Amino acid sequence: MNPFQPVGKAVLGFLEATGKLALFTFMAVSHCVRPPFYYRLLLRQMIDIGYYSLPVVGMTTLFAGMALGLQTYAGFSRFSAEDAIAKVVALGITRELGPVLAGLMVAGRIGAAMAAELGTMRVTEQIDALDTLSTNPFKYLIAPRIIAGLTMLPLLVFVGDIIGIFGGYIVSVYKLGFNPGVYISQTFKVLEFIDVFSGLVKAGVFGFIVTLMGCYNGYNSQGGAQGVGAATTNAVVSASILILIFNYVITELFLTA
Amino acid sequence: MTTPKIKLKDVHKGFGDKVVLDGVDLEVAPGESLVIIGGSGSGKSVTLKCILGLLTPDSGQIEVDGEPIVGIGRAERERINSKFGMLFQGAALFDSLPVWENVAFGLIQGERMDRAQAKEIALEKLAAVGLEADVGELWPAELSGGMQKRVGLARAIATEPEIIFFDEPTTGLDPIMGDIINDLIVKCVRELGATALSITHDMASARKISDHIAMLYKGKIIWIGKTEEIDSSGEPHVDQFIHGRAEGPIQMELRRL
Ligand SMILES: Nc1ncnc2c1ncn2[C@@H]1O[C@H](COP(=O)(O)OP(=O)(O)OP(=O)(O)O)[C@@H](O)[C@H]1O
Ligand SMILES: [Mg+2]
Repeated sequence: MNPFQPVGKAVLGFLEATGKLALFTFMAVSHCVRPPFYYRLLLRQMIDIGYYSLPVVGMTTLFAGMALGLQTYAGFSRFSAEDAIAKVVALGITRELGPVLAGLMVAGRIGAAMAAELGTMRVTEQIDALDTLSTNPFKYLIAPRIIAGLTMLPLLVFVGDIIGIFGGYIVSVYKLGFNPGVYISQTFKVLEFIDVFSGLVKAGVFGFIVTLMGCYNGYNSQGGAQGVGAATTNAVVSASILILIFNYVITELFLTA
Repeated sequence: MTTPKIKLKDVHKGFGDKVVLDGVDLEVAPGESLVIIGGSGSGKSVTLKCILGLLTPDSGQIEVDGEPIVGIGRAERERINSKFGMLFQGAALFDSLPVWENVAFGLIQGERMDRAQAKEIALEKLAAVGLEADVGELWPAELSGGMQKRVGLARAIATEPEIIFFDEPTTGLDPIMGDIINDLIVKCVRELGATALSITHDMASARKISDHIAMLYKGKIIWIGKTEEIDSSGEPHVDQFIHGRAEGPIQMELRRL
């Protein structure tokens, strides 16, 4: 046997998968921007992603903000820490931790659920049934999910930002005994529009990634319960990796721009 | 001669190396009820899925009302599919919707009827398959297999389609319920004046609901004729199948214990 054969096979497989994903993304996006729209379904997805993810995202950003506050205190001298905590927490949360943590939490919560739901619909022929009832699955199932992810994640992250900064405040004021006024004034002094904005752009991209990977893996799942399980795992793992990669890329873009 | 409602010309379909349909030729006249029989895995469901556009044949042509439908675009496909009603092998009810909305789905999504009116029709169709109005408020998961089949039947006939497909309507039901479903099918087809194409390996059901029977074996239609003539087909494969004998020209690929 040719020793390069497995390599060639892997490369071809990878190219095929990439092409399939690209085509799926194109189809999904093109159905997101063309009518008809299913407003009822969109609303349901928005509530599911935006509202029901709030507790998880709120908890993670709260504790991330608190931990960041403590670390900053440990890293700076007693005198500069009072100013530094507010600055580090505000920038760290809005630029990086808020969107990344929210993205990862939503990948686990929403991406997995979407892959499982669509995967089950696929293996029980419900997606085929949609087709025979003259309803396009891309319009009915996928577009509402992707639009909801794209719009709700920035909203979630915005709330998460506020909660995260409040986490730093708690540590700074109640644990370390610093002046609350200083924390708040320093926060507003350091934060610029672009910090928050770059985080929200990230959030939008992550929302797209999470819902796209959830839909893609679910829609293409095959082979019963095991296939649905695999689709769910793939959706979460691929979304998480892509989130971290795109996080770096967007950070780089905003820092050089 | 009238144009056949459905016509398959030399349809081939394989998965990987495996040939499933190897030149299927078939015609269904308007108002006719044809049943396809054949062993498990012989490609009966695949044949239906090719007609419904859920699978694309590798070669050959399929015509509906004289129009070729292989490789047509999405919009055309939706127009053709609006003539169809389909009862899936596993019912394939949407488990995120209550029963009545499942039945009304084609009316609400496909024909853009308002919900109240669609619900009224859905309840009528449920009554027609012997289910009471309060079943309409249940979820598909709360129904027994036989009830799911009946709801699937109600959904298939709700839009009063010209052509109805039944994939194993009686499999997995007790004999009495099976016979009730047979009666319902006969009644629905007659009342709607629809053309029906069904699949089954239940001979009692085949005799009851069909006026013609075709047998699919090794990817080809090996026999087609009037239902009354099936006992005198003179075709050994058909004889073996309708009498359910293990010995005969059809050899299952089994190893001796
Ligand atoms: N999506 C698919 N991918 C790969 N192989 C498939 C696919 N669908 C069907 N097959 C194969 O095609 C063959 C025919 O399948 P089909 O579902 O048409 O059988 P059937 O005649 O309906 O059998 P049954 O009476 O048990 O429902 C099977 O051997 C199956 O393995
Ligand atoms: Mg089948």
